[in-house]
Parts: sequence; C-alpha cells; structure tokens
Amino acid sequence: MPLILLIIWETTCRAGVVSPIMLPSPSAIVIKWVEWLRSGELLVDVLGSLGRVTGGFLLGAVLALPLGLFMGASPRIYEYFNPIVQVLRPIPPIAWIPMSILWFGLGNPPAIFLISLGAFFPILMNTIAGVQNVDGIYLRAARNLGAGRGTMFRRVILPAATPYILAGIRIGIGTAFIVVIVSEMIAVNNGLGYRILEAREFMWSDKIIAGMVTIGLLGLAIDQIMNALNNYLLRWHRGLDT
Amino acid sequence: MDYISITNLSKKFEGNGQIVPALQGINLTLSRGEFACLLGPSGCGKSTLLNAVAGFIQPSSGEIVVDGRPVIEPGPERGVVFQEYAIFPWMTVYRNIAFGLEIQGSSATETAGRVDALLDKLGLREFRDRFPKDLSGGMRQRVAIARLLAIDSPVMLMDEPFGALDALTRRTLQDELLRIWRESGKTILFVTHSIEESLYLANRIVVMTYRPGTIKHDQTVTMEYPRDPAGVEFNELKRELGRLVMEEQERHTRDEMKMV
Ligand SMILES: Nc1ncnc2c1ncn2[C@@H]1O[C@H](COP(=O)(O)OP(=O)(O)OP(=O)(O)O)[C@@H](O)[C@H]1O
Ligand SMILES: [Mg+2]
Repeated sequence: MPLILLIIWETTCRAGVVSPIMLPSPSAIVIKWVEWLRSGELLVDVLGSLGRVTGGFLLGAVLALPLGLFMGASPRIYEYFNPIVQVLRPIPPIAWIPMSILWFGLGNPPAIFLISLGAFFPILMNTIAGVQNVDGIYLRAARNLGAGRGTMFRRVILPAATPYILAGIRIGIGTAFIVVIVSEMIAVNNGLGYRILEAREFMWSDKIIAGMVTIGLLGLAIDQIMNALNNYLLRWHRGLDT
Repeated sequence: MDYISITNLSKKFEGNGQIVPALQGINLTLSRGEFACLLGPSGCGKSTLLNAVAGFIQPSSGEIVVDGRPVIEPGPERGVVFQEYAIFPWMTVYRNIAFGLEIQGSSATETAGRVDALLDKLGLREFRDRFPKDLSGGMRQRVAIARLLAIDSPVMLMDEPFGALDALTRRTLQDELLRIWRESGKTILFVTHSIEESLYLANRIVVMTYRPGTIKHDQTVTMEYPRDPAGVEFNELKRELGRLVMEEQERHTRDEMKMV
C-alpha cells in the first residue's frame, strides 16, 4: 500500500501535474536528503535537535519526578502545590515563547526551558496519579515487614507507580519533540526545525519534506527505544504479556 | 502467662452518618504457642480484630498487649498474611521473600541462605526468579507465607489466607502451616469462616457474634494432630460450632434484609 502510494506520487510529479514547489517527487526528496547528509549539516541538525530534546526532557523529568512523588504521597504537599500546578498546566509551552526569550535571550537556553516545560507537566501529573493509586495493601504489607520511609519510596511506591510514570514519560517525550521543532523555528539557528523554516525562505520544498521525514523517523526511533524500556521495566506487569 | 492479651477492645467505624460497632468489649488472651481461629459470619469483625492486633487499626477503646508491649503500630514481630495476595508483583519470588530480611540489614549471604532454605521448604525453588504474575494462587500464597517466615515473627496473623484456593491446594497448605507451627512454636491468630478449617487447624476456636462483634464462644480443641475430618469428635464439634455460627449468620441475613 505505501509502495503504491509512492509510485502514484512519483508518476504524477514526473508527469508535471503538480509543480515541484507544491509537491516535489519522492526521488527529488531522497536526492536532497542525501545531499544534506553529505554536507554534514544533517548530522549537526539532528544532533542539535536531539541534544535539546534530551537536555530539556531530562531537566523537566528531574524536577517533575521527585515533586510528583512527594505530591502523590503527602496530601499536605499536594494541597500546597496543586493550585499553582492547576493554573500553569493548561498553558501550552508555545505560549511561553515570548517570555522565555525575554528571560533567556536567544539560542539554546530558551529552547531547553520550553522543552523542559513541555515534558514537566505530563510526567508530574502521571507520577502524582501513579503514587496516589498505589494499592494500600502493598503499603500495609511493607510496613508490616518493617519498611521505613526510604525503603517504602524506593522499593514499593516507586515501582508500583512505574506504569503510570512511564506513560507520563512517553507523553512528555512527545511534547518535547513538538516543542523542540517550534522553538528552533524561533530562537535557534540550527536543528531540524530551523532547517525546515530556512528551506521555506528559499521555497526548497524537497528539503522541507526531507526535514519532516527525518523528524518522523527520529520520533519513531525514540518510540521504539521507549517500547523496549517499557517492556523491560514492566516485565513483571500482567498486562504486557504477548 | 498471657502472651497476647486483648482487654475491653471496642472499635466503631463512622461513615456516611452511620456508626458501625464492629467490635465491642472484646476480652481475649492467648498463651505463647497457641493456634487460635477467629470464626464468624461475614462482617462480624474478624478482620477488624486481626488488624487491630497487627497495629493497622487504632481501637476506639481498650488495649492490646503482645509480649508485654502495648500495640501502637505495625511491626515485623506481628507478621501478617493478607487475604489478598499482598506479595509485591514487581519483585521476583526471591526478592519478595528477601525483602523483610534486607530491611533488617541482614547480609547478602545470610539472606540468600535463609531465602533458599524457605524456597525448598515451601516447594518454590523452581519459581525463585519468576515474577508473581507467573504463579498460581496457591504458589502466591506460599510466597506470602515464606515472606513472613523469613522474618521469623513470633506472632503470625493470618486473614483467611486459604479462602480463595481450591480444596486440594488448601489442604496441602493447611498441612504445611501445621508443620511449621509445630516446629516453630509460633503463636498464630487465624481468621476463617470455615468451621471445618478451624477444627482442622486450631487448638482454640473463638466464635464471634455479628454486630456488635463480641465473643460468643471460646472453644478449646484438644484433638490430636493430624486431625481426621471424618472422625466422631471432629463432627460433634463441627455440629456444635455450626449451630453457634448459624445463629449469628441468621442475624446477619436478617440485617441484610432490613437494609434492602
Ligand atoms: N474502614 C471501615 N469503615 C467503615 N466500616 C468498616 C470499615 N472496615 C470494616 N467496617 C465494617 O465493620 C464490620 C466488620 O468488618 P470486618 O471486615 O472486620 O468483617 P469480617 O468479619 O472480616 O468479614 P469478612 O468475613 O467478610 O471478611 C463490617 O460490618 C464492615 O462493614
Ligand atoms: Mg475479613
């Protein structure tokens, strides 16, 4: 099916039905992509984007995880932070762009700030839910066996909440990916988002689509890695038997 | 010498405008090494009493003293086997059993030796590195028992531990529990609503009343082990206890009819 689609696409383009600016042919896109790769620029762009996603994501996760664990475990801490969280959470990271540029200038800092913001809330919300949903019977059992606070967190609450946390991380990575492209279009001068926008200036449709496909493939690769991680960390979980 | 003494224990639950007198004026003492069963219809407060001894429930009034110390919180010296298989699904069988020992700071070799011995004792060796999801109900309950034996609690509190098992697995685990009890001299408080099970296991059977939960009858059972469920004495006692439990069961049923 995808092959048939590609063939139809290629032949309509070759027949000159659509202008190459509106829709370049697949072969033109591949040629452009190889050219981009050869120039060494593609690697810089991919690494640039990935670096920002990783940095921003890690920053967001490192803040969201402990906060989520504490908010989930203690009603008092939850009451304290929840109002702020509820107000900030619905604001899309994109809406933070102007302020982040004012605060951090141009370049990587505002991008990383925006990405971390995008990753932060899904991880936070899921971690809270995960901890709140830990079955009380496990807490009782652990307390009965003599577990103190530290052991309880590390060996009972954290693993019990892992399915939720991983789901949050997944959503967080997805958001981080959206935000990195947008932030590169605005504040940074390399990376896949920047390159797509630059190509638009010159009406290089083939390069735009080559960039889009690269983003798609990167997303797919990250998803595969997440899948593998998921299957490993949740190998004890009933639902994952195939 | 009273090892466990429960004095004037009452517990009221309050919820949506109703007050449930789950336990009222319970007085019960157990000597060290006794195997006591709590018997009674559903809702008569068996779990509440067990959980109060475990330290999970604060009584409304009264006191529980175990081995000279008042019970104020849960602790490993009063180990619990829960009715739901409360073994940790994210830990392998080995890790589940080792958990309590690791908390106590026992060394890796010490822990391994101890856990492996228990795996053998309970027929769990081949499941050592498996997760609970791969185990049958009976195997999971064995892990729960092994986890408790690992920390060597002098008091074992068991809440209908074999309730969800098939008859054959149930009998096997009952026999293993009896063997462990007689070898170790532990004091066991065991909740069940099966008269047959209580007669097979216990040397004390405490029948409870329904709402409020009080002690209706305290029966000492002197039959030799292993007991024969087809024997004359067994069945005489069974009939007698059956009559007592039935009275409470009827009150329970009447109560439920009223609610409808
Ligand atoms: N947390 C609670 N809040 C309110 N009522 C409760 C609570 N726990 C128990 N009860 C009530 O107290 C009574 C005794 O409950 P308990 O669980 O001790 O009964 P049980 O004898 O163990 O019953 P079963 O055999 O069904 O397990 C019941 O009527 C129950 O509805
Ligand atoms: Mg119960």
